[in-house]
Amino acid sequence: MRFSTASSPHWFVGPSVSQLMRQVLYAMLPGLATLVWFFGWGVLLHVAIASGAALASEAVVLALRGKPLRLFLGDGSALVTAWLLAAALPAFSPWWITTLGVAFAIVIAKHLYGGLGYNPFNPAMVGYVVLLISFPLEMTTWPPVNPGVDFASSVQIIFSGHPAEHLADALSGATPLDAVKTQLGLGLGITEIINGPAFGLIGGQGWEWAAMAFLAGGLWLVMKRVAAWQIPAGMLGSLALLSGIFYALDPQAHASPWFHLLSFSSIYGAFFIATDPVTASTTPRGRLLFGAGVGALTYLIRCFGGYPDGVAFAVLLMNIAAPTIDYYTQPRVFGARRD
Amino acid sequence: MAFIPSPGPSWRFHGGLRLASHAAESIGQAVRPAALPARLIAPLQQHIGSPAKPVAQVGESVRKGQLLAQSDGYISAAVHAPSSGVIVAIEDRPIAHPSGLSAPCLILDTDGRDDWADALPPWPDYLSVAPVELRQRVRQAGIVGLGGAAFPTAVKLNPGANTQPRWLILNGAECEPYITCDDRLMRERAADLINGARIMSYILGVEEVLIGVEDNKPQAIEALQAALRGIDTRNPAIDLRPVPTIYPAGGEKQLIKVLTGLEVPTHGLPNEIGVVCQNVGTAVSVHDAVVHGRPLISRYVTVTGRGVAHPSVLDARIGTLVGELVQQCGGYTRQAERLIIGGPMMGFAIPDDQVPIVKGCNCILVAGADELAPSQPAMPCIRCGACADVCPADLLPQQLYWHARAKDLDKTQEYHLFDCIECGCCSAVCPSHIPLVQYYRFAKTEIAARERERQQSDVARRRHEFRLERLEREKQEKETKLRKRREALQNKEPPAAPKDSTQDAVAAAIARAKAKKAGQASTPPPTESQPVAKPDADTESAIISTDQDR
Repeated sequence: MRFSTASSPHWFVGPSVSQLMRQVLYAMLPGLATLVWFFGWGVLLHVAIASGAALASEAVVLALRGKPLRLFLGDGSALVTAWLLAAALPAFSPWWITTLGVAFAIVIAKHLYGGLGYNPFNPAMVGYVVLLISFPLEMTTWPPVNPGVDFASSVQIIFSGHPAEHLADALSGATPLDAVKTQLGLGLGITEIINGPAFGLIGGQGWEWAAMAFLAGGLWLVMKRVAAWQIPAGMLGSLALLSGIFYALDPQAHASPWFHLLSFSSIYGAFFIATDPVTASTTPRGRLLFGAGVGALTYLIRCFGGYPDGVAFAVLLMNIAAPTIDYYTQPRVFGARRD
Repeated sequence: MAFIPSPGPSWRFHGGLRLASHAAESIGQAVRPAALPARLIAPLQQHIGSPAKPVAQVGESVRKGQLLAQSDGYISAAVHAPSSGVIVAIEDRPIAHPSGLSAPCLILDTDGRDDWADALPPWPDYLSVAPVELRQRVRQAGIVGLGGAAFPTAVKLNPGANTQPRWLILNGAECEPYITCDDRLMRERAADLINGARIMSYILGVEEVLIGVEDNKPQAIEALQAALRGIDTRNPAIDLRPVPTIYPAGGEKQLIKVLTGLEVPTHGLPNEIGVVCQNVGTAVSVHDAVVHGRPLISRYVTVTGRGVAHPSVLDARIGTLVGELVQQCGGYTRQAERLIIGGPMMGFAIPDDQVPIVKGCNCILVAGADELAPSQPAMPCIRCGACADVCPADLLPQQLYWHARAKDLDKTQEYHLFDCIECGCCSAVCPSHIPLVQYYRFAKTEIAARERERQQSDVARRRHEFRLERLEREKQEKETKLRKRREALQNKEPPAAPKDSTQDAVAAAIARAKAKKAGQASTPPPTESQPVAKPDADTESAIISTDQDR
């Protein structure tokens, strides 16, 4: 009797890549549902458009590169990129914004660097930043909470590219961070701004609930060990520290730490964006440092940079630093002397 | 030595995995003696070190326990006849090796009488025997580590004159899934095991014995406790310690950490931190060898997996074919897919079952397809770090993987490749199904090959240099000889000259030669500014003087 041979171990325990990616998608569901609840059908439409665009561009590039289609389309990584980007886009931006961003993320940021596992930069954030720089108007036009647009109108707005006349006003809003930045520039104090109509209990109306939903999903990912806890801990920690210092110095000129922590992009970035394993640091201490770097850069860009939010830039900048961080934060090997 | 914390049961090692034990399949019934096969095949090398040297002749009738091959060198182990019969051949036979390799074996046709040779003198009262003699007995009995590594036990029991170990650790963790032979052994031979431990502690002169058993073996722990109740456990102090069931708690370094809190230094040995670690089965063999004068000729083997009809633990003679043992457990089932020597994490798969078991063989796992990792194509590494989270050596497996893949062997060593114990945790959790351990083995063998090559080229270079030197020397010798002969001829040339003038002529010739030599030695190589024409003796000396003036 002949037996098959293979190298040990002969066992496999734990999730596969496609299971990991699916878990990320599951973890996004409560957050996406909340976004749909507060900002309308547009969010869902963008997720659908992004998924289609991602799978299509992934398939085309895989075919061009002569890679097995089923194996790599099935791994779910393209869908994760698509969803991550879609959830960060304004709910009623035109369809080509999503398509362009996702295609750029998959083709340029992912595959031109070697595909799954080889990309140095977070693809979703590359796509996001390209859109933000190229189409600042579309990318900063957010609907207010409960825009009251039905499904059919949502489809029409997104695919025609220009909203129906009577809806135009309803669709121009600003994110809470944006509002804070512009109104601080106008000389208003934080208290006045936060008491404005667009704000809820702590952060922006609706936004704070979306943040909570993504926090729940993110904690689940950490619990499942899909996301490394050190990255959100480092990021939120340094963000809290820096914003705390500035808030203590002058509470009227700087938003409070909890405002920063519970802003949508902080939570979303900390648990879903910065934790992308491919582009983040991989050593335990390195991840803490990486997270802390993202948090600090986020704060600096938000408060002193040209953009109202800085998570995307902060993540990309720290992506550059990840290999170096890894090199200098290697763990002590078993049996090595403690220095 | 560094600060030693007092031992306690609460230390942990980094990483590891909680694995399903799969002990239930084979642990149910008592150990059965395996049937005596018609033919036994005993490889000369069943241990780490040099192969044993045969002392039995082909055609010789031997009795059970008779020495067939003696240890060759310090790190080696003897091989004894597992039963009585006739040596029919000493030749290469396939052994349990993943590539189906053959190696020299003694082939013994048994006669069924199974009668013992004149035994070594039994020493029930071992305390009256000198430790060095007991160690010699362990060596004579061919005892090796029965946990799997098969390192000669006598060597481990001799840590050297300058090191006095503090602890003897008995490894009863048996952390790999499916394997149950140590569990059964601890249940059935607890008293002998404890006695073996006492003998070894006497040989080593240690006063503390720690027995580590994974806490998923409550019956083994109970049996050992019962055995300990009857005896004085003060000298040596014997401490039975259940350890958390986390694979690989039975790894030598990991168990030492769990029991003592100490880490074996990288590239170091346990005795550097005052520990000698032995498997529980080894302790029983030491007991048998000392108290009964019996060499190591059989061992407990777990035969299990979904590919076996009736999984059980057998007491099998060394040299029994794997296939025969499976037959004695009801044969293969339809699910039988892979034949593994050892456990699912570190065991190696063999293509064929017509190979003998050896001293280090603790388990025959016939895995069904559904018990194995599904064969999936490896995906690219997504740098998730799951491997680093579970690595008990605290390595960065994925960095090692990148560098091993790129054949950047220096870098792999920089990332501590040789601290990898190949436990398989990283591969088992890799979501991309990358056979990480295979890459590390590849890198390790490449480095070993490179090292060998470097040594060979060193030897070759030294040889070459030596040859050049020799040629040069021979050339010079030849020249001197020639010159002497020429001089002798010159001396003879003026035939009728008076004796004085001959001597003058000789003196003059020597002076000339000397001057010439001196001139050659001190004159710098001619340049354009210097006279190029070959000077006669006078100008030559003039040049010399001008040289000196300068």
